[in-house]
Amino acid sequence: MDRSKAPYYITKSVHIRQNSILLNGNSVLSFPSKMELHQFLKVTYKDLELNYPKYHKMDSLCKLGILATCVLLKDQKVDLETALVLSNASSSLDIDRKHQHAMAGIVSPAIFVYTLPNIVLGEISIKYGLQSENAFFIEDKFNSELLTNYSEVLIASKKASSVVCGWIELKNDEYDVFLCLISSKGEVPFSKETLEELYRFKNE
Amino acid sequence: MKNIFLQQDAIVSPLGFTTSENLQAVKEQKSGLKFYENPRAATGGYYSGIIDPELLAAEFSRIGNPIHFTKLEQMMLLAAHRVIQDNPQIDLEKTILIVSSTKGNIDLLDDPQNFPEDRLNLNSLAQVIKSFFGFGKQPIIVSNACISGGLAVTIAKRFIQAGKFDSALVVAGDLVTDFVISGFQSFQALSNAPCKPFSKNRNGINLGEAAAAILINSKNNAKVNIALIGDATANDANHISGPSRTGEGLFKSIQSALKEANLSATQIEYLSAHGTATVFNDEMEAIAFNRAGLAQVPVNSYKAIYGHTLGASALIETILTKHSLLNNELYPSLNFEELGVSQPIKVIEKFEERELQFALKTASGFGGCNLAMVLKKIENG
Repeated sequence: MDRSKAPYYITKSVHIRQNSILLNGNSVLSFPSKMELHQFLKVTYKDLELNYPKYHKMDSLCKLGILATCVLLKDQKVDLETALVLSNASSSLDIDRKHQHAMAGIVSPAIFVYTLPNIVLGEISIKYGLQSENAFFIEDKFNSELLTNYSEVLIASKKASSVVCGWIELKNDEYDVFLCLISSKGEVPFSKETLEELYRFKNE
Repeated sequence: MKNIFLQQDAIVSPLGFTTSENLQAVKEQKSGLKFYENPRAATGGYYSGIIDPELLAAEFSRIGNPIHFTKLEQMMLLAAHRVIQDNPQIDLEKTILIVSSTKGNIDLLDDPQNFPEDRLNLNSLAQVIKSFFGFGKQPIIVSNACISGGLAVTIAKRFIQAGKFDSALVVAGDLVTDFVISGFQSFQALSNAPCKPFSKNRNGINLGEAAAAILINSKNNAKVNIALIGDATANDANHISGPSRTGEGLFKSIQSALKEANLSATQIEYLSAHGTATVFNDEMEAIAFNRAGLAQVPVNSYKAIYGHTLGASALIETILTKHSLLNNELYPSLNFEELGVSQPIKVIEKFEERELQFALKTASGFGGCNLAMVLKKIENG
Protein backbone atom coordinates (compact mmCIF):
# COMPACT_ATOMS: atom_id res chain seq x y z
CA MET A 1 0.00 0.00 0.00
CA ASP A 2 1.20 3.50 -0.79
CA ARG A 3 1.69 5.02 2.62
CA SER A 4 1.48 8.53 1.23
CA LYS A 5 -2.16 7.89 0.31
CA ALA A 6 -3.11 6.17 3.56
CA PRO A 7 -5.10 8.31 5.98
CA TYR A 8 -3.23 9.61 9.00
CA TYR A 9 -4.72 10.70 12.28
CA ILE A 10 -3.94 12.73 15.35
CA THR A 11 -4.05 9.63 17.53
CA LYS A 12 -3.56 11.46 20.83
CA SER A 13 -2.63 14.89 22.08
CA VAL A 14 -1.27 16.26 25.33
CA HIS A 15 -1.25 19.80 26.72
CA ILE A 16 0.79 21.03 29.66
CA ARG A 17 -0.38 24.50 30.56
CA GLN A 18 -0.92 26.53 33.72
CA ASN A 19 0.15 23.63 35.91
CA SER A 20 -2.35 21.25 34.34
CA ILE A 21 -1.81 18.22 32.14
CA LEU A 22 -4.52 17.25 29.69
CA LEU A 23 -4.67 14.13 27.52
CA ASN A 24 -7.00 14.47 24.54
CA GLY A 25 -8.53 17.46 26.28
CA ASN A 26 -9.25 15.57 29.53
CA SER A 27 -7.54 16.55 32.74
CA VAL A 28 -4.88 14.10 33.93
CA LEU A 29 -3.38 16.23 36.69
CA SER A 30 -4.00 19.74 37.88
CA PHE A 31 -2.21 21.94 40.41
CA PRO A 32 -2.78 25.51 41.58
CA SER A 33 -1.63 27.93 38.90
CA LYS A 34 0.39 29.79 41.55
CA MET A 35 2.69 26.79 42.01
CA GLU A 36 6.22 27.51 40.74
CA LEU A 37 7.60 25.58 37.78
CA HIS A 38 10.27 23.64 39.69
CA GLN A 39 7.65 22.53 42.20
CA PHE A 40 5.21 21.56 39.44
CA LEU A 41 7.94 19.49 37.73
CA LYS A 42 8.55 17.68 41.03
CA VAL A 43 4.95 16.89 42.01
CA THR A 44 3.91 15.77 38.55
CA TYR A 45 6.85 13.36 38.38
CA LYS A 46 5.68 11.85 41.68
CA ASP A 47 1.99 11.75 40.84
CA LEU A 48 2.59 10.22 37.41
CA GLU A 49 4.83 7.58 39.08
CA LEU A 50 7.45 7.99 36.37
CA ASN A 51 10.16 6.12 38.23
CA TYR A 52 12.85 7.41 35.88
CA PRO A 53 15.75 8.71 38.02
CA LYS A 54 17.47 10.34 35.01
CA TYR A 55 14.63 12.86 35.06
CA HIS A 56 16.13 14.64 38.06
CA LYS A 57 19.31 15.49 36.15
CA MET A 58 17.45 17.16 33.30
CA ASP A 59 16.82 20.83 32.71
CA SER A 60 13.23 22.12 32.83
CA LEU A 61 12.69 21.95 29.06
CA CYS A 62 13.63 18.26 28.96
CA LYS A 63 11.52 17.54 32.06
CA LEU A 64 8.52 19.07 30.31
CA GLY A 65 9.27 16.95 27.24
CA ILE A 66 9.53 13.76 29.27
CA LEU A 67 6.33 14.51 31.22
CA ALA A 68 4.44 15.24 28.01
CA THR A 69 5.61 12.13 26.16
CA CYS A 70 5.00 9.90 29.21
CA VAL A 71 1.37 11.00 29.26
CA LEU A 72 1.05 10.94 25.46
CA LEU A 73 2.57 7.48 25.00
CA LYS A 74 1.25 5.79 28.14
CA ASP A 75 -0.22 2.31 27.51
CA GLN A 76 0.81 2.70 23.90
CA LYS A 77 3.09 0.45 21.91
CA VAL A 78 5.59 2.96 20.55
CA ASP A 79 6.64 2.13 17.01
CA LEU A 80 10.44 2.38 16.73
CA GLU A 81 10.12 4.35 13.50
CA THR A 82 8.35 7.20 15.31
CA ALA A 83 10.01 10.47 14.32
CA LEU A 84 10.34 13.40 16.73
CA VAL A 85 9.57 16.86 15.32
CA LEU A 86 9.42 19.55 17.97
CA SER A 87 9.51 23.34 17.90
CA ASN A 88 9.53 26.40 20.12
CA ALA A 89 10.28 30.13 20.14
CA SER A 90 12.95 30.50 22.80
CA SER A 91 15.27 27.60 21.97
CA SER A 92 17.14 26.64 25.17
CA LEU A 93 17.15 30.19 26.58
CA ASP A 94 16.09 29.08 30.08
CA ILE A 95 19.19 26.93 30.61
CA ASP A 96 21.36 29.28 28.49
CA ARG A 97 20.81 31.93 31.18
CA LYS A 98 21.86 29.47 33.89
CA HIS A 99 25.04 28.60 31.98
CA GLN A 100 25.76 32.29 31.38
CA HIS A 101 25.32 32.92 35.09
CA ALA A 102 27.65 30.03 35.98
CA MET A 103 30.35 31.46 33.70
CA ALA A 104 31.18 34.01 36.38
CA GLY A 105 32.38 31.07 38.52
CA ILE A 106 32.60 27.37 37.82
CA VAL A 107 30.91 26.09 34.69
CA SER A 108 29.12 22.75 34.92
CA PRO A 109 29.08 20.33 31.97
CA ALA A 110 25.81 18.99 33.40
CA ILE A 111 24.23 22.38 32.65
CA PHE A 112 26.08 23.18 29.42
CA VAL A 113 24.97 19.95 27.76
CA TYR A 114 21.35 21.17 27.88
CA THR A 115 22.08 24.46 26.10
CA LEU A 116 20.69 23.16 22.80
CA PRO A 117 16.95 22.83 22.05
CA ASN A 118 17.29 19.38 20.45
CA ILE A 119 18.57 17.78 23.68
CA VAL A 120 14.93 17.13 24.58
CA LEU A 121 14.70 14.98 21.41
CA GLY A 122 17.70 13.03 22.69
CA GLU A 123 16.13 12.52 26.13
CA ILE A 124 12.85 11.30 24.63
CA SER A 125 14.76 9.04 22.21
CA ILE A 126 16.69 7.49 25.11
CA LYS A 127 13.55 6.93 27.20
CA TYR A 128 11.73 5.17 24.36
CA GLY A 129 14.70 3.62 22.54
CA LEU A 130 13.87 5.59 19.39
CA GLN A 131 16.71 5.62 16.82
CA SER A 132 14.51 7.62 14.51
CA GLU A 133 14.37 10.88 12.53
CA ASN A 134 14.76 14.07 14.61
CA ALA A 135 14.27 17.74 13.85
CA PHE A 136 13.97 20.78 16.06
CA PHE A 137 12.50 23.96 14.55
CA ILE A 138 12.44 27.47 15.99
CA GLU A 139 9.32 29.56 15.22
CA ASP A 140 8.01 32.78 16.74
CA LYS A 141 4.73 31.00 17.53
CA PHE A 142 3.07 27.61 17.13
CA ASN A 143 3.19 26.84 13.41
CA SER A 144 0.70 24.11 12.49
CA GLU A 145 1.61 24.36 8.80
CA LEU A 146 5.31 23.61 9.27
CA LEU A 147 4.67 20.75 11.70
CA THR A 148 2.00 19.23 9.44
CA ASN A 149 4.06 19.61 6.27
CA TYR A 150 7.23 18.13 7.74
CA SER A 151 5.41 15.26 9.47
CA GLU A 152 3.61 14.46 6.21
CA VAL A 153 6.86 14.52 4.27
CA LEU A 154 8.51 12.11 6.74
CA ILE A 155 5.59 9.69 6.57
CA ALA A 156 5.07 9.93 2.80
CA SER A 157 8.78 9.35 2.09
CA LYS A 158 8.72 6.38 4.50
CA LYS A 159 11.34 7.97 6.72
CA ALA A 160 8.93 7.50 9.63
CA SER A 161 5.88 5.33 10.35
CA SER A 162 4.45 7.80 12.84
CA VAL A 163 5.48 11.13 14.32
CA VAL A 164 5.43 12.84 17.69
CA CYS A 165 5.21 16.51 16.77
CA GLY A 166 4.46 19.69 18.63
CA TRP A 167 5.44 22.76 20.57
CA ILE A 168 7.54 22.94 23.73
CA GLU A 169 8.13 26.53 24.81
CA LEU A 170 9.78 27.72 28.02
CA LYS A 171 10.73 31.29 28.84
CA ASN A 172 11.04 33.01 32.22
CA ASP A 173 9.41 29.99 33.91
CA GLU A 174 6.36 30.39 31.65
CA TYR A 175 5.75 27.32 29.56
CA ASP A 176 3.39 25.98 26.92
CA VAL A 177 3.59 22.36 25.80
CA PHE A 178 1.45 20.66 23.17
CA LEU A 179 2.50 17.32 21.66
CA CYS A 180 0.61 15.02 19.29
CA LEU A 181 1.07 11.45 18.19
CA ILE A 182 0.44 11.19 14.46
CA SER A 183 -0.18 7.64 13.24
CA SER A 184 -2.46 5.49 11.10
CA LYS A 185 -4.79 4.96 14.07
CA GLY A 186 -7.34 7.38 15.43
CA GLU A 187 -10.42 9.42 14.70
CA VAL A 188 -9.19 12.98 14.20
CA PRO A 189 -7.86 13.30 10.63
CA PHE A 190 -4.39 14.84 10.60
CA SER A 191 -4.35 18.25 8.96
CA LYS A 192 -3.06 21.74 9.54
CA GLU A 193 -6.56 22.82 10.60
CA THR A 194 -7.18 20.01 13.09
CA LEU A 195 -3.72 20.45 14.59
CA GLU A 196 -4.31 24.19 14.97
CA GLU A 197 -7.73 23.59 16.51
CA LEU A 198 -6.36 21.11 19.05
CA TYR A 199 -3.53 23.46 19.96
CA ARG A 200 -5.99 26.30 20.57
CA PHE A 201 -8.15 24.08 22.79
CA LYS A 202 -8.88 25.94 26.05
CA ASN A 203 -5.93 28.15 25.23
CA GLU A 204 -7.89 31.34 24.72
CA MET B 1 11.07 11.26 -7.63
CA LYS B 2 12.67 14.38 -9.09
CA ASN B 3 16.33 15.07 -8.42
CA ILE B 4 17.21 17.90 -6.06
CA PHE B 5 20.40 19.78 -6.86
CA LEU B 6 22.93 21.75 -4.84
CA GLN B 7 23.37 25.01 -6.76
CA GLN B 8 25.49 28.12 -6.12
CA ASP B 9 27.12 28.33 -2.71
CA ALA B 10 29.19 30.65 -0.55
CA ILE B 11 31.48 30.16 2.45
CA VAL B 12 32.46 33.03 4.78
CA SER B 13 35.27 31.94 7.09
CA PRO B 14 38.68 33.05 8.40
CA LEU B 15 40.07 31.60 5.15
CA GLY B 16 38.09 33.94 2.92
CA PHE B 17 34.72 35.38 2.08
CA THR B 18 33.99 33.32 -1.05
CA THR B 19 33.85 29.60 -1.80
CA SER B 20 36.74 29.91 -4.27
CA GLU B 21 39.04 31.50 -1.67
CA ASN B 22 38.06 28.75 0.77
CA LEU B 23 38.64 25.99 -1.79
CA GLN B 24 42.02 27.45 -2.64
CA ALA B 25 42.99 27.43 1.04
CA VAL B 26 41.77 23.84 1.42
CA LYS B 27 43.85 22.78 -1.59
CA GLU B 28 46.91 24.54 -0.19
CA GLN B 29 46.33 22.89 3.22
CA LYS B 30 46.05 26.24 4.94
CA SER B 31 44.35 26.41 8.31
CA GLY B 32 42.17 29.19 9.69
CA LEU B 33 43.17 28.19 13.23
CA LYS B 34 45.31 30.55 15.30
CA PHE B 35 46.20 30.82 18.96
CA TYR B 36 43.99 33.29 20.84
CA GLU B 37 44.58 34.23 24.43
CA ASN B 38 41.79 33.33 26.82
CA PRO B 39 42.06 33.49 30.62
CA ARG B 40 39.75 30.46 30.88
CA ALA B 41 42.45 28.20 29.48
CA ALA B 42 45.11 26.68 31.73
CA THR B 43 47.48 27.04 28.78
CA GLY B 44 46.66 30.74 28.41
CA GLY B 45 44.51 30.40 25.33
CA TYR B 46 43.05 28.24 22.58
CA TYR B 47 43.50 27.58 18.91
CA SER B 48 40.33 28.79 17.20
CA GLY B 49 39.16 29.83 13.76
CA ILE B 50 38.01 33.41 14.25
CA ILE B 51 37.00 35.93 11.59
CA ASP B 52 38.73 39.31 11.91
CA PRO B 53 35.81 41.66 12.74
CA GLU B 54 37.39 44.62 10.94
CA LEU B 55 38.00 42.70 7.73
CA LEU B 56 34.45 41.41 7.96
CA ALA B 57 32.94 44.86 8.52
CA ALA B 58 34.96 46.25 5.61
CA GLU B 59 33.67 43.52 3.31
CA PHE B 60 30.13 43.87 4.67
CA SER B 61 30.07 47.65 4.14
CA ARG B 62 29.74 46.95 0.40
CA ILE B 63 26.22 45.63 0.98
CA GLY B 64 25.11 47.28 4.24
CA ASN B 65 26.08 49.32 7.28
CA PRO B 66 27.94 47.03 9.69
CA ILE B 67 26.84 49.11 12.69
CA HIS B 68 23.29 47.82 12.32
CA PHE B 69 24.21 44.12 12.29
CA THR B 70 25.86 41.71 14.69
CA LYS B 71 29.01 39.88 13.62
CA LEU B 72 27.08 36.68 12.95
CA GLU B 73 24.45 38.55 10.94
CA GLN B 74 27.16 40.18 8.82
CA MET B 75 28.68 36.75 8.11
CA MET B 76 25.37 35.11 7.23
CA LEU B 77 24.14 38.09 5.17
CA LEU B 78 27.41 38.14 3.20
CA ALA B 79 27.12 34.44 2.43
CA ALA B 80 23.46 34.73 1.41
CA HIS B 81 24.16 37.87 -0.63
CA ARG B 82 26.83 36.08 -2.63
CA VAL B 83 24.43 33.30 -3.62
CA ILE B 84 21.57 35.68 -4.45
CA GLN B 85 23.90 37.87 -6.51
CA ASP B 86 25.00 34.82 -8.50
CA ASN B 87 21.33 34.01 -9.24
CA PRO B 88 19.67 37.10 -10.70
CA GLN B 89 16.66 34.95 -11.64
CA ILE B 90 15.99 33.91 -8.03
CA ASP B 91 12.34 34.51 -7.04
CA LEU B 92 12.45 35.74 -3.44
CA GLU B 93 8.65 35.48 -3.17
CA LYS B 94 8.72 31.74 -3.82
CA THR B 95 12.09 30.75 -2.36
CA ILE B 96 11.99 29.44 1.19
CA LEU B 97 14.75 30.77 3.43
CA ILE B 98 16.04 28.09 5.80
CA VAL B 99 18.25 29.40 8.58
CA SER B 100 20.42 27.09 10.63
CA SER B 101 22.39 27.85 13.78
CA THR B 102 23.02 26.24 17.13
CA LYS B 103 23.53 29.35 19.27
CA GLY B 104 22.89 32.30 16.94
CA ASN B 105 23.69 35.65 18.57
CA ILE B 106 24.30 34.05 21.98
CA ASP B 107 27.13 36.53 22.66
CA LEU B 108 24.38 39.16 23.17
CA LEU B 109 23.18 37.31 26.29
CA ASP B 110 26.12 38.67 28.24
CA ASP B 111 26.44 41.98 26.42
CA PRO B 112 23.50 43.14 24.25
CA GLN B 113 25.78 45.82 22.71
CA ASN B 114 23.44 48.34 21.10
CA PHE B 115 20.87 45.80 20.04
CA PRO B 116 17.37 45.19 21.47
CA GLU B 117 17.17 42.38 24.03
CA ASP B 118 15.32 39.94 21.77
CA ARG B 119 18.03 40.15 19.10
CA LEU B 120 19.65 37.00 20.53
CA ASN B 121 16.55 34.97 19.66
CA LEU B 122 16.98 32.79 16.57
CA ASN B 123 13.67 34.16 15.24
CA SER B 124 15.21 37.64 15.16
CA LEU B 125 18.26 36.32 13.31
CA ALA B 126 16.03 34.81 10.63
CA GLN B 127 13.90 37.98 10.41
CA VAL B 128 17.04 40.09 9.89
CA ILE B 129 18.05 37.89 6.92
CA LYS B 130 14.48 37.80 5.57
CA SER B 131 14.05 41.61 5.62
CA PHE B 132 17.56 42.37 4.34
CA PHE B 133 16.80 40.62 1.05
CA GLY B 134 12.99 40.86 1.05
CA PHE B 135 12.03 37.19 1.15
CA GLY B 136 8.26 36.73 0.82
CA LYS B 137 7.80 33.65 2.98
CA GLN B 138 8.32 33.19 6.70
CA PRO B 139 11.72 31.56 7.15
CA ILE B 140 12.19 28.07 8.58
CA ILE B 141 14.77 27.83 11.39
CA VAL B 142 16.57 24.60 12.22
CA SER B 143 18.50 24.26 15.48
CA ASN B 144 19.61 20.67 15.92
CA ALA B 145 23.12 20.83 17.40
CA CYS B 146 26.09 20.08 15.17
CA ILE B 147 24.10 18.45 12.37
CA SER B 148 22.01 21.66 11.87
CA GLY B 149 23.64 22.93 8.67
CA GLY B 150 23.33 19.57 6.91
CA LEU B 151 19.88 18.88 8.32
CA ALA B 152 18.73 22.21 6.84
CA VAL B 153 19.86 20.97 3.41
CA THR B 154 17.97 17.69 3.80
CA ILE B 155 14.85 19.53 4.98
CA ALA B 156 15.07 21.74 1.87
CA LYS B 157 15.40 18.65 -0.33
CA ARG B 158 12.50 16.86 1.34
CA PHE B 159 10.16 19.87 1.08
CA ILE B 160 11.05 20.58 -2.56
CA GLN B 161 10.67 16.91 -3.50
CA ALA B 162 7.23 16.88 -1.85
CA GLY B 163 6.23 19.92 -3.90
CA LYS B 164 5.90 22.24 -0.89
CA PHE B 165 8.42 24.77 -2.28
CA ASP B 166 10.19 25.41 -5.60
CA SER B 167 13.55 26.34 -4.20
CA ALA B 168 15.32 27.00 -0.93
CA LEU B 169 18.17 29.19 0.22
CA VAL B 170 19.88 27.54 3.18
CA VAL B 171 21.99 29.86 5.34
CA ALA B 172 23.98 28.54 8.29
CA GLY B 173 26.27 30.24 10.79
CA ASP B 174 27.75 30.11 14.27
CA LEU B 175 30.28 32.12 16.29
CA VAL B 176 33.16 31.33 18.61
CA THR B 177 31.89 32.68 21.93
CA ASP B 178 32.93 32.46 25.56
CA PHE B 179 29.54 30.82 26.13
CA VAL B 180 30.54 27.80 24.02
CA ILE B 181 34.26 27.84 24.89
CA SER B 182 33.51 27.67 28.62
CA GLY B 183 31.09 24.80 28.08
CA PHE B 184 33.42 22.65 25.98
CA GLN B 185 36.20 23.45 28.40
CA SER B 186 34.07 22.10 31.27
CA PHE B 187 33.86 18.85 29.27
CA GLN B 188 37.65 19.00 28.85
CA ALA B 189 36.96 18.63 25.15
CA LEU B 190 39.16 21.49 23.90
CA SER B 191 42.58 20.70 22.48
CA ASN B 192 45.52 22.88 23.51
CA ALA B 193 46.98 22.54 19.99
CA PRO B 194 45.62 22.50 16.43
CA CYS B 195 43.30 19.48 16.37
CA LYS B 196 44.30 16.15 14.77
CA PRO B 197 41.20 14.28 13.59
CA PHE B 198 41.50 10.47 13.59
CA SER B 199 45.13 10.64 14.76
CA LYS B 200 46.62 8.65 17.62
CA ASN B 201 47.55 11.70 19.69
CA ARG B 202 44.37 13.68 19.10
CA ASN B 203 43.13 15.32 22.26
CA GLY B 204 40.05 17.35 21.49
CA ILE B 205 38.44 19.97 19.35
CA ASN B 206 39.16 23.53 18.27
CA LEU B 207 36.21 25.86 17.84
CA GLY B 208 35.70 27.88 14.71
CA GLU B 209 33.28 30.42 13.32
CA ALA B 210 31.89 30.58 9.81
CA ALA B 211 28.78 31.10 7.73
CA ALA B 212 27.70 29.43 4.53
CA ALA B 213 24.81 29.56 2.09
CA ILE B 214 23.55 27.37 -0.73
CA LEU B 215 20.68 27.46 -3.18
CA ILE B 216 18.74 24.22 -3.59
CA ASN B 217 16.20 23.42 -6.32
CA SER B 218 15.33 20.88 -9.01
CA LYS B 219 16.86 22.73 -11.99
CA ASN B 220 19.67 20.90 -13.76
CA ASN B 221 20.75 23.83 -15.92
CA ALA B 222 24.47 23.37 -15.63
CA LYS B 223 26.44 20.86 -17.66
CA VAL B 224 27.38 19.02 -14.51
CA ASN B 225 25.10 19.02 -11.43
CA ILE B 226 25.37 17.64 -7.92
CA ALA B 227 22.21 16.02 -6.58
CA LEU B 228 21.29 15.01 -3.03
CA ILE B 229 19.91 11.54 -3.65
CA GLY B 230 19.62 10.05 -0.17
CA ASP B 231 19.53 11.40 3.36
CA ALA B 232 18.58 10.34 6.84
CA THR B 233 18.92 11.31 10.47
CA ALA B 234 18.96 8.81 13.31
CA ASN B 235 19.25 9.28 17.04
CA ASP B 236 21.64 7.13 19.08
CA ALA B 237 19.05 6.82 21.88
CA ASN B 238 22.06 6.27 24.10
CA HIS B 239 23.52 9.40 25.70
CA ILE B 240 22.95 13.14 25.29
CA SER B 241 26.59 14.28 25.41
CA GLY B 242 28.64 11.21 24.48
CA PRO B 243 28.56 9.32 21.20
CA SER B 244 27.28 5.74 21.10
CA ARG B 245 30.10 3.23 21.56
CA THR B 246 28.74 1.17 18.69
CA GLY B 247 28.09 4.14 16.41
CA GLU B 248 24.47 3.02 16.31
CA GLY B 249 22.74 6.19 15.11
CA LEU B 250 25.43 7.11 12.60
CA PHE B 251 25.43 3.57 11.22
CA LYS B 252 21.66 3.61 10.92
CA SER B 253 21.57 7.02 9.22
CA ILE B 254 24.18 5.84 6.67
CA GLN B 255 22.20 2.67 5.96
CA SER B 256 18.98 4.63 5.43
CA ALA B 257 20.61 7.26 3.22
CA LEU B 258 22.28 4.59 1.04
CA LYS B 259 18.98 2.74 0.78
CA GLU B 260 17.15 5.82 -0.47
CA ALA B 261 20.01 6.48 -2.92
CA ASN B 262 19.76 2.86 -4.03
CA LEU B 263 23.53 2.45 -3.62
CA SER B 264 25.78 0.02 -1.82
CA ALA B 265 28.63 1.24 0.39
CA THR B 266 31.18 0.01 -2.16
CA GLN B 267 29.92 2.60 -4.66
CA ILE B 268 30.81 5.53 -2.37
CA GLU B 269 34.07 7.07 -3.58
CA TYR B 270 34.61 9.78 -0.99
CA LEU B 271 33.46 10.23 2.60
CA SER B 272 33.38 13.60 4.35
CA ALA B 273 33.40 12.74 8.04
CA HIS B 274 32.49 14.85 11.07
CA GLY B 275 35.94 14.16 12.62
CA THR B 276 35.97 16.53 15.59
CA ALA B 277 39.21 15.02 16.98
CA THR B 278 37.80 14.11 20.37
CA VAL B 279 38.87 10.62 21.43
CA PHE B 280 35.30 9.29 21.60
CA ASN B 281 33.79 10.94 18.53
CA ASP B 282 36.44 9.82 16.04
CA GLU B 283 36.43 6.30 17.49
CA MET B 284 32.65 6.14 17.19
CA GLU B 285 32.80 7.28 13.56
CA ALA B 286 35.45 4.68 12.69
CA ILE B 287 33.24 1.95 14.19
CA ALA B 288 30.14 3.15 12.34
CA PHE B 289 32.04 3.47 9.02
CA ASN B 290 33.37 -0.07 9.41
CA ARG B 291 29.95 -1.48 10.25
CA ALA B 292 28.60 0.27 7.15
CA GLY B 293 31.31 -1.22 4.89
CA LEU B 294 33.11 2.09 4.32
CA ALA B 295 36.54 1.11 5.68
CA GLN B 296 38.14 1.39 2.22
CA VAL B 297 36.57 4.71 1.22
CA PRO B 298 38.90 7.76 1.21
CA VAL B 299 37.80 9.91 4.16
CA ASN B 300 38.75 13.32 5.54
CA SER B 301 37.80 15.80 8.24
CA TYR B 302 37.87 19.58 7.72
CA LYS B 303 38.03 20.38 11.44
CA ALA B 304 41.79 21.08 11.42
CA ILE B 305 41.17 23.70 8.73
CA TYR B 306 38.11 25.46 10.15
CA GLY B 307 37.82 24.21 13.71
CA HIS B 308 34.37 22.98 14.70
CA THR B 309 31.97 25.59 13.33
CA LEU B 310 28.97 23.93 15.04
CA GLY B 311 25.74 24.65 13.13
CA ALA B 312 27.68 25.79 10.05
CA SER B 313 30.06 22.83 9.87
CA ALA B 314 27.84 20.29 8.10
CA LEU B 315 26.83 22.87 5.47
CA ILE B 316 30.41 24.00 4.81
CA GLU B 317 31.53 20.38 4.52
CA THR B 318 28.62 19.57 2.20
CA ILE B 319 29.65 22.48 -0.02
CA LEU B 320 33.28 21.29 -0.04
CA THR B 321 32.08 17.76 -0.84
CA LYS B 322 30.07 19.14 -3.74
CA HIS B 323 33.23 20.80 -5.11
CA SER B 324 35.27 17.63 -4.58
CA LEU B 325 32.84 15.85 -6.90
CA LEU B 326 32.74 18.69 -9.44
CA ASN B 327 36.54 19.05 -9.52
CA ASN B 328 37.30 15.32 -9.24
CA GLU B 329 39.64 16.11 -6.36
CA LEU B 330 40.24 14.55 -2.96
CA TYR B 331 41.49 16.97 -0.30
CA PRO B 332 43.79 15.74 2.48
CA SER B 333 42.77 15.57 6.12
CA LEU B 334 44.98 18.28 7.62
CA ASN B 335 47.14 17.41 10.66
CA PHE B 336 46.56 13.68 10.23
CA GLU B 337 49.40 11.63 11.71
CA GLU B 338 49.33 7.99 12.75
CA LEU B 339 45.86 6.40 12.68
CA GLY B 340 44.44 6.40 16.20
CA VAL B 341 41.10 4.62 15.98
CA SER B 342 40.49 0.93 16.67
CA GLN B 343 38.97 0.20 13.25
CA PRO B 344 40.77 0.68 9.92
CA ILE B 345 39.72 3.72 7.90
CA LYS B 346 41.40 5.26 4.87
CA VAL B 347 42.25 8.83 5.80
CA ILE B 348 43.23 10.97 2.80
CA GLU B 349 46.87 12.02 3.28
CA LYS B 350 47.71 13.51 -0.11
CA PHE B 351 45.87 15.69 -2.60
CA GLU B 352 44.62 13.45 -5.36
CA GLU B 353 42.85 13.90 -8.68
CA ARG B 354 40.41 11.10 -9.25
CA GLU B 355 37.18 10.65 -11.22
CA LEU B 356 34.36 10.88 -8.65
CA GLN B 357 30.62 10.35 -8.90
CA PHE B 358 29.27 9.42 -5.44
CA ALA B 359 30.11 10.92 -2.05
CA LEU B 360 28.78 10.58 1.47
CA LYS B 361 28.65 13.38 4.04
CA THR B 362 28.05 12.54 7.71
CA ALA B 363 27.69 14.54 10.91
CA SER B 364 26.89 13.86 14.55
CA GLY B 365 26.03 16.05 17.50
CA PHE B 366 24.91 16.50 21.09
CA GLY B 367 21.52 15.04 21.84
CA GLY B 368 22.67 11.85 20.07
CA CYS B 369 21.78 13.16 16.60
CA ASN B 370 23.40 11.80 13.42
CA LEU B 371 23.02 12.70 9.76
CA ALA B 372 24.04 11.08 6.47
CA MET B 373 23.69 12.54 2.98
CA VAL B 374 24.55 10.90 -0.35
CA LEU B 375 25.63 13.22 -3.19
CA LYS B 376 25.75 12.21 -6.84
CA LYS B 377 27.33 13.92 -9.83
CA ILE B 378 25.00 13.93 -12.83
CA GLU B 379 26.20 15.09 -16.25
CA ASN B 380 23.71 16.46 -18.76
CA GLY B 381 23.44 14.99 -22.23
